[in-house]
This record gives sequence, structure tokens and C-alpha cells, in this order.
Amino acid sequence: MEQSTLTLSDLSRRFGETKAVDRVTLDIAPGQFVGVIGRSGAGKSTLLRLINRLIDPSAGKVTYGGREITGLRGRALREWRRDCAMIFQQFNLVERLDVLSNVLVGRLADHGFLSSMAMRFSETERAEALRALERLDLLPQALQKAGTLSGGQQQRVAIARALVQRPRIMLADEPIASLDPGNATRVMEALKTINREDGLTVLVNLHTLDTARAYCHRIIAMRAGRVYFDGVPRQLTDDVVRDIYGSEGLQEFSEAVTSTAARIKVSA
Amino acid sequence: MAYTTADFNPDFALHRRRQRLSFWIVALVLAALTWATAELSGFFRVTQVTLADGSRAEAWVLAAGLPRLGEYLEKTLPVLRAESLGSDFAEWFWRWKIWAWLLLETVLIGFLATVFGVIGGLILSFPAARNLSPSPVILWLTRRVLEISRTVPELVFALIFVFSFGVGPMAGVLAIAIHSMGSLGKLYSEANENIDMRPVEGVKSAGGSWADQMRWGALPQVIPNIISYTLLRFEINVRSSSIIGYVGAGGLGQELRTAISLQEYTDLSALFLIILVTVMVIDWLSEKLRHRIIGMEKTA
Repeated sequence: MEQSTLTLSDLSRRFGETKAVDRVTLDIAPGQFVGVIGRSGAGKSTLLRLINRLIDPSAGKVTYGGREITGLRGRALREWRRDCAMIFQQFNLVERLDVLSNVLVGRLADHGFLSSMAMRFSETERAEALRALERLDLLPQALQKAGTLSGGQQQRVAIARALVQRPRIMLADEPIASLDPGNATRVMEALKTINREDGLTVLVNLHTLDTARAYCHRIIAMRAGRVYFDGVPRQLTDDVVRDIYGSEGLQEFSEAVTSTAARIKVSA
Repeated sequence: MAYTTADFNPDFALHRRRQRLSFWIVALVLAALTWATAELSGFFRVTQVTLADGSRAEAWVLAAGLPRLGEYLEKTLPVLRAESLGSDFAEWFWRWKIWAWLLLETVLIGFLATVFGVIGGLILSFPAARNLSPSPVILWLTRRVLEISRTVPELVFALIFVFSFGVGPMAGVLAIAIHSMGSLGKLYSEANENIDMRPVEGVKSAGGSWADQMRWGALPQVIPNIISYTLLRFEINVRSSSIIGYVGAGGLGQELRTAISLQEYTDLSALFLIILVTVMVIDWLSEKLRHRIIGMEKTA
């Protein structure tokens, strides 16, 4: 699929008096694996939601390959959300539906009203969903209710749902914050595989620095809604980190404290 | 200065005093309201009544009326003798062929009205839920529609529909369906307001339309509530459809009306018995069904 550059220009979003995102300007090249870090409330989540248009900006715009995203409405907006898949900290699955149905939700954007209401999908779509599940080692769980799965499994179901959207960009909002180290690693490895094999641009919010260093080509740090740092992991020195997290009071800032990633390699 | 137990005690005493004061205020207001409404409804009225021997006397209406209530009920009792129980019974239920047919009609009216009510109520319950409604205007409109449909009594709707569509069960079905839609829509929308919004957001983020978000994100979460409310509503609707014939809208109600106006007292007790048994059977069946569904939910 044709990939383009995602551009944010002077993007801002206010919530009342708070500037959640404040004049952010960024270019994200196709195929990049980008990590967004920063303390809670720095605007990371709002930034991702602005890109996927789950929320609308107060000012500024988002363009993809020169096409303005911020003005899209109706069908065009739904198609953009499909192209720009998103996974969430709390997985956002429909727990009462089986895993396969949850994955098929990723195909809804291309469905008409009646087939969606009747929950009807084609054989091809079902096969695609099953391939995605197989890729994430979840085929045996395909008919289980999503709510009965472990957190790590649920997050991989969410990734499978994102994959059947046939997206160009994958947004991940704190995808491993609710997971134990083993599952966190599996989820990060899955994202890495998707980035490498499918060439998808991945934009992931993280609160663990070592994960960001281990997986991302590029790290963007936010502070009070603004981009505070933008560079390769190696440029992220201790001084910069201390500024980002505002941990002046802390004697020694240890990355291990925030870590949730297990230091073992598990293939996804 | 640290906040100690010594500081806490006066605060606590004040807190308790305020609590006690508000309790007594609420209790007094409620007592006054109850007394005033009872007075207005004539519960304390003392009036002239005719005694059994024909003389007139002053008496409290409630005390004076109770014997007459017994008298009325006594008239409705059939004559059942042990030696001719079969024929006495046949006489009591002398119109049983008509009644059996009307009973079937009553249950069917209740059923069809529930079906229509569920469809209407379910569709409106999503725009009528604060967290799901696509716009404040639609929220306001659907809520008003639901309010009107459940505030107008079924008998009033039935009168209007009998006038427009003629005497018969269709008027009854429509009347009860509209009322059910209003009540069910309200209950469903309250269930909708308590759902977890994350699945809805998940569907939205994948490019689902508003209808997709409702169908996939919201509906699966509220299905157990919907089944439970619907079965309860079916019981209520059978009860309503047994009275709705009073204004010509089909079912047993028309027989009740005839029996009352022609003073066929024993017919009244027979009809009452039929309705009572039917409602009890439906109550029992739907409770079994609801428990089975709840049980399935728990094991699933």
C-alpha cells in the first residue's frame, strides 16, 4: 500500500483552560517506528487521538501525503480512521463478543448499514481475520469471548483488529501500560514485526524509557503539550530525561523503576 | 498543626447534629404531606349513611363502606354445591368458549404489543442515552417522544385508536405498544448510560459509523438487561390487554364491561379468576426464563 508522510502543523487542542496539545509540528516519515514519551498529562494520548480524529483539534491541522485530515467528515472520516488504526491501553474490545467478531470490527468501515447490523461478513473477510489471529498466535482462542482472555491476549486481539483494517499507520496509546513484563514484550515485538514486515508507520505512546529506547527509531518527548525533544534514542541523555519528567527532586532517575519490559526475546 | 482526635470530636458532634436535624425536617414534611393528601382524598370524611334498618346516621366513610365492599364481593361468589359441582361449575363458566378465545386474544395482544414496543424502544434507547446520543437536539427529542408515549395512559391511546381504526384488537396492540415503547425505551436507555464506553470507542476508532458503534460496542453489553426488562414488560402488557377491551380494543376487557354493566356478578369473579391464573402462569414462566438467562450469563 502506498505510504505517505504524516504531517502535524501547529496542532493544538485545549480542554477549557488546559492546553493538552500546544502547537505541535511534526513530520512522520513512512515506515518509521516512533515512540512518544512524557509524564502523565503531557498530552501524548490527546496527540494520538487528534491524529485518528477521535477528538478534533482547536487549531492547526493534520495532513497525510498532502491531504488534509482535519476537515474530513462522514464516510471520508471513517475511511481515515480505518487507515489509521488505533490500539488502546485498556484494549477497548467488546468483551461479550467472541474474539473473531472483535477482529471483524476492523472491517466495519467498508460495510453498509444492513450487513453491519446483521453482523454478516464475507468468507474472504473471515479468512483475513483468521490469518491476523494466526499471526498473533490467537487462532485457538478465536471463538472464546474476548473478556475471558488475559490482558496480553486481549491486546493482541486488538492488534489483529487493527491489522484487518489494512491500515497505513498504527497508533498505539500506552499499549503495554496494563500488562505484565512478559506480555508487554510480546505486544511490543508484535508491533515491531508489523512495522518491519508490513512497512507500517507505528506511533506509540510509552511511559517506559527503556522500551522506547529498545524499539523506536525516533523518540518524541512531550512536556505540557509541547514537543520537548525529538531525536534518535541515543540523543536522549540523562539530562534531557530529567527535564522531560521534571524529576529535579529525585537524586537518581532510574529507568529501571519505570520499566515493564522483560529483558527476554520472544518472537511475535 | 496536626488534626487530632480532640479536633475531630467537636466536628463530629456538629456533623451528627446536622444529620439529625435534616432527618427530622424530612420526616415532618413527609408526615404533613401524607396527612394533607389523605384529608383531600376524603379519608377522614364523616357523612350521612343509610343503615340496614333504613334509618340515617353519621358515620366515618371508611368504616361505613367496608361492609358494602363485602356485600359486593359476596354477590360475585358463585353457588357451588358439593352434590352438583360439575353443573354448578359449568354454570359459573357458562361463556367459557367465548372467554377462552378472548383470553387467547388477550395474550396475543400482549405479545404483539411487546414485540413492537421492544423494537421501537430499542431503536430510540440509543439516541436517548446521554453518553451515546449523536447530538443534544436528538437526545432532547427522543426523550420527549419516549416521555409522551409512556405518560399518556394506555386507555387513552386505546380510545383514540378505536376511534380511528375501529373496534378490535389492532387498536389495543397499538395502544399498548406505544406505551411499552415509552417505558422500555426509558429503561433501555438507562442501561445504555451505564455501559463501558471503551468498546464503543474501539469500534469508532476502527472507522465504525454511529450505528456500528451502537450495534457492536453498546448492544452486546446491555442484552441481558434488555431480555430481563422485556420479559417483565410482557407480564405487564398481558395485564393491560385484559383491561383494554373495556374501551373496545380487543381481549377480555369487553366481557368485564358487559358483566359490570349487566350486573352479572358471578361472571366478574370468573373473569377475574381467568386473568389471575393467566398472569400467574406468565409470571412464573418468565421468571424461570429470566433466571435461566441470568444463569447462562454467569457461566458464560
